[in-house]
Parts: sequence; structure tokens; C-alpha cells
Amino acid sequence: MAKKQQTKSPATTSPVATSEERRSFLKMAAGGAAALVAGAKALPAQNAAPVQMAMASAPAETDATDLYEGMITEHPGADFMVDVFKSIGFEYIASNPGSSFRGLQESFINYGKNRSPEWITCCHEESSVAMAHAYYKIEGKPMMVMAHGTVGLQHAAMAIYNSYVDRVPVYIVLGNTFDATQRRPGAEWSHSVQDAASMVRDYVKWDDMPISLAHFSESAVRAYKIAMTPPTEPVIIVADSDLQERPIEPGAKNRIARLTLPRPPAGDSGAVQEVARMLVAAENPVVLGGRLGRNQNSINLLVELAEALQCPVNGGGFPSRHPLAGGNVRTADLILALEVPDIWGAVNSMTDQLERTTQSNLKAGAKIITIAATDLYTKSNYQDFQRFQDLDLAIAADAEATLPSLIEAVKRLTTADRKNFFADRGKKIAASRQAADERARRDAAIEWDLSPISASRINYELWEQIKNKDWSLVNGGGGGVWNFTKSYQRIGGSGGAGVGYGAPASVGAALANKKYGRLSISIQNDGDLMYAPGVLWTAAHHRIPLLSVMNNNRAYHQEVMHLQRMACRHNRDLTTAPIGNVITDPNIDYAKLAQSMGWYAEGPITDPKEVGPALKRAIAQVEKGTPALLDTVMQPR
Amino acid sequence: MRISSRVGLAGLFMMAVLIAIAPYARAQAPAPASGTSAPAGNAANGKKLYNDIGCWQCHGYSGQGGAGAKLAPDPISLAGFTRYIRKPTRAMPPYTAKLVSDAQLADIYAFLLTIPKPPDPKSIPLLNQTD
Repeated sequence: MAKKQQTKSPATTSPVATSEERRSFLKMAAGGAAALVAGAKALPAQNAAPVQMAMASAPAETDATDLYEGMITEHPGADFMVDVFKSIGFEYIASNPGSSFRGLQESFINYGKNRSPEWITCCHEESSVAMAHAYYKIEGKPMMVMAHGTVGLQHAAMAIYNSYVDRVPVYIVLGNTFDATQRRPGAEWSHSVQDAASMVRDYVKWDDMPISLAHFSESAVRAYKIAMTPPTEPVIIVADSDLQERPIEPGAKNRIARLTLPRPPAGDSGAVQEVARMLVAAENPVVLGGRLGRNQNSINLLVELAEALQCPVNGGGFPSRHPLAGGNVRTADLILALEVPDIWGAVNSMTDQLERTTQSNLKAGAKIITIAATDLYTKSNYQDFQRFQDLDLAIAADAEATLPSLIEAVKRLTTADRKNFFADRGKKIAASRQAADERARRDAAIEWDLSPISASRINYELWEQIKNKDWSLVNGGGGGVWNFTKSYQRIGGSGGAGVGYGAPASVGAALANKKYGRLSISIQNDGDLMYAPGVLWTAAHHRIPLLSVMNNNRAYHQEVMHLQRMACRHNRDLTTAPIGNVITDPNIDYAKLAQSMGWYAEGPITDPKEVGPALKRAIAQVEKGTPALLDTVMQPR
Repeated sequence: MRISSRVGLAGLFMMAVLIAIAPYARAQAPAPASGTSAPAGNAANGKKLYNDIGCWQCHGYSGQGGAGAKLAPDPISLAGFTRYIRKPTRAMPPYTAKLVSDAQLADIYAFLLTIPKPPDPKSIPLLNQTD
């Protein structure tokens, strides 16, 4: 790491005083300083004489500059940093406070007027990052997170991992005091680190620790550009506290670097033609939409492709009631996987018995094509890349960027005969969809009046209330009856399966939805909420409207099942499976928890007949701007 | 045949009646589930076992399914039920007789038989809503 610059380059900032001068100043300040008076002039720039402190008692007619020299600057480096960040266009910063970025925080709020970006107060850095994660999935652009470079980042780590696995760009700024001579004793040392990002570098795409304001400008813009280039991922900029707090050199011409986002890579034209040829020739192609569907354009393209081929589409935000929604890889002779995170898991099964056996779910001779940006960028340590799957054709490109040329090629290759064949295929697919819908209704009828309440009851009751509104499911499952058509109506899960994502994600997504007047709905797992329930306060404090319907099954049920499996396998006592896995005795009162943080809340609700009326009351509150929670006690799964 | 004086004609008559109605008496008892000749289990004990062992974790409190398959109403035969629990072919772990005996499985099965049939989906307005 290079030492701080002392040059007078116009693009860089020189320190105002030397380290020795600053030490002298601090010693005098600790000995007792005169009270600050507003309007004191800025510190003189570059290599000033050792700062003299006027001692206490009445300054009377003393010149304010002389009195407060060395204590005031109206143009700290953080102001320039704010200018850089504003040029990028952030709407919000999510943060739990930390002294290592106090300079930036004050500059954002005062110099930046706490607007674009606006400061969002969080109670845990994991909440800050998860909020930013889900915000992106609604808004299509990153939100900033600010945290301590040590303890804050440690808190945030799991949420960063989730966003990395989910291929979501979160823009993280960490505070750190690199110069050891500038650290106050105690916590400031525990909160300082040589290489802040090293702890999470395996699941962050790029990071830097700029050492001058000019460097900062370029790195901050570069970080955003890299974050937003497919595959999109989280990035980190470390903002040294000295760089934040030292004055900008008067006359310094610090330049704000210009952001230009690269056009995403589209598939090779020859390969695209080959894919089109295979699709048109296939008898039963199935498209797996994967991570597509994060914007309306990708959904529209998927629909266009599906309708051109009259083939089913599974995932990718494909409209849930479209006649071509669905598809089964077991019957496919060709599978087109678009940005699918786990191809192996999509076409194979594995039994979780003592001897694990695997089985292909594919028909003999079935072919697999992938189009995915992750082929352009894969790291090795964390194994989120899943098991290797043999493929017939792989295109390393952004699937959304490739779809227009693929669709054009498919249409060009489709003869009249094939079109007729496609039409027949489409009719059969639509008929099987109807049969599936009937089965879903019959299953819902079985569970209709159960107590604890069934998920299908909640889904149908909710749908009745929201179907004529502009709604967005920001967390959790919604049932098959819901008519998903828009990209913001369904934003998926955590990516990395790190539990604790759901509650803060729902608040972050609701924050993005707020300006559009959308009704944000979360199906909130109880265990998930308990990781960092303080995010409920964040929602109330920032007036973020959100409806949370608890999926309160009073356990980490997946883990109970795992323990049952182990007890069965070991031929031992099954009744102990709940130990370590249930959230009972006492039962948490989520309504009281939410009320304590400023929410409207009711519950616990165990009678399914009470759900509809309770939802109506809660939605009325949300539409007035108050977040609302219903503690509904649910079936286990 | 020489009738004992102690049995008497009345006794003979009673015996004749009992012999005559015996087939009807058997018909009134609950028939064992098809495919098994095992005695019917105890549904109350079966419900307790279903909860204690934790069947509901995967199959729901009323056997309606969830992570695991739907078990009720209309469960498969007791023989098939027992066979699958001992040696499952998919995700379910095996439950040996040490963990749950055949008699206990019969009790659980009896509980599943008590799960009532669901209402017709057409009778539930929310299941038939049009948007």
C-alpha cells in the first residue's frame, strides 16, 4: 500500500498538514479547546505551519480563523466522494452507523441534502445488504450499502454471499482507517484492517481501496461498471477515513470519472443459428428460464420465443397463467437452459439415503443447450456453481441480450409445416395445464379448513384481496392461482439459501416499490425473521408500506426433517428430532414484536376463517402507508 | 340326536338363531382395508403416534401432504403403506420396526382412515374465483 501522496498534482489532493502537525494539533485539542463557532474559515491548504490553539476562556475580539485554525474544514474529501456517487445515480444508502464512515455520512446528509441518495437506517448490516439485494431485483439498479470495514462487513458477509450467488449487484462502501497514526486508541484499532475486502473477496466481483480523491473517483465509477456488467455481482470500495475527513486542496481539479455501462455480450451468431435450427427441429423442446425475468423485457422475449415455438417455459418469470407455462424435462428431447443456476439439478435427481444414488431425468438422446453469462466468470472456492453437467451446446453470453437474434432465427427457419406442428403441440400443452390447475384446486380443497392454516388457504385468500391491485410479491411463495405477469410481481429468493434474507429483502423491495404505489406482500417465515427483526423498525421508521403474512410454523422445519432422517438412518429415537430445531415454548408473539416497532399487527391467527377479514384490515393499513403484519400459524410445510 | 335335558329346546332354538345371523353380524363390523387381513388399528393411538413420531412434519397434520406425499383421505392399502415405510424408494427415510412396529403402523393407518373426504372444490367460492 503506497503512502499518502504529498504532491501538488491537480488531479490529486495533498494533505493539509503533515502527520506531525496533526499530532500536535490533536494533543492541544485533547488538552482543552475553545468552543467552536459557526462560520470559522477552512484550514489553510498544504504544509501549513504547526497549528496554534487558542486556549479556553473568552475569545472576545479574536479573529475566528485564528481561533479555530486546524479544526474546521467546509470542504472535506467526503464532499467530493458524494459528488462522485451522485453522478452514478444512487437512490438510497442502507447503513448501520459506523465511525469509520462518519465523514461520508455527514457529507451525504448535509452537503448532499440526504437526497439521491437518501440515508436508510438499518439495525444490522446483514439487513442493509439484503435490502439492497432485493431493491435491485425490483428497480434494476444497485443500491448502496455503507458499513464498517471490519465488524460491519463481518455482519454483512452472509447477505453479500446471497447476493453473489443470486448474481445481484450490491454496491458496498466500507469505512477504514488505513494510516495507523490516525487511529484513536481502542475501537478504532479493532475497526481497522490492512485489506478490508479480503474477507469476502471470494464472493465479490471487484474491490479497491483508493488512496486519493482522483483515484476514488475512477474506482467508484469502475466498481459500478463492473457490478453491472453481466454476470452482475456485488462490489466493494473502501473509503479511507482520512481521505473522507481531510480537506480538499483548494484549487484542486478533481475530476468525476464518467460512467459508461458496457453493452451486454450477446451469443455468437453462428451458435445462435445452430440453436434455432435445433429448436425448430425438436419434437418436445422445453425452455428453462432460470434467472431471466428480472425485467419486463426478458419476460416479453421469453413469451415471444415460447409462442414462436409453441413450447413450454419453466421459470424465468414466465407468466404463470400463460397456456405454455410449465414443462417437464422428463419428456423433452431438447432443453434450452437460459441463465439456469443449476443445470445438473434440473435434469438429474439424487436420493438422500445412506448411499446416495443419482438418476438422470432425461429421455435417451435428449439434448441440452445453455446460454449463460456465468460461463464468462466463475470463481472456485465457494461451490455455488453446482455439479458439472454434460451439454450439447454452450453459449457464453447474456441470455437476454441473445434472445432477440435467437427469436428472429427461429421465425426465419419455421416453415408452414412446422408451424402447423407447433400449433398442435401448443394445444396439447394448454390442455395439460388445465388438468394441472384442476388438481391444484382439489388439493387446496383438502386443506381448506385446516388449523393450523394451510399455505393454499393463505394464497387464495390473499389473491382475492389483491387481484385488482398493483401488487408485488417481495418474499416467499405465492400460490399457483396468482396471475404473475410482471417482472416486479415475483423476485425470487436469496440465491445462496442463507436464511435471514426474507425479512430485509421484503423491506428493500418494498422501498423500491413505494414510489410506484405498489402493494408489497411478503410471506414471511418465522425463523427467517428472527435473525434480524430490527428491520421491521427500519420499515416503520422510513414509512415503507409492506404487508407481511407470517408463515409461522414454529420451527426450522427443514432441519427437523433432516434430524428425522438421521434418527431413521441410525435407527434411533425419532421423537428428539425437534431438539435444536423448533421455535416454541414459548411461542413468539410476532404481532407484539411488530407492534413494538411501529407496525400494525394482528395475531396469532389459527382459524382459517379469520384470515380473509384480517387481510382486509391489514391491507387497508398498508394502503395508508403503515406496514402491517399478520401472525398466521401455519401447517409445517 | 338326543338333546340334553339341560340345553333344552329353548337353548337349541337360540343356537339355531345365532348360527343363522352370524354372517350378518360379521358384515356389520368394519371391513379391514383391502389387500390386508390385519386387524384394524387404534385410531386414537395412531393420531398420537403420528404426532409423536413426527409424520406430520412432512405429511401435514392431517396427512394432506407438504414436503411429503398426501396420505389421506383415501390412503393406499395398509400392506402398501407398511411396505413403503420400511423400504421407501424416493426421498423418505426408512422406518424400521424398532422405530415403529407393525402394530403402531396399523394404528397410524387407522388414524389416516378417519380423515374425512374434502369438500367439492366447486363448493368453495374462492377456489372458483374469476379475475
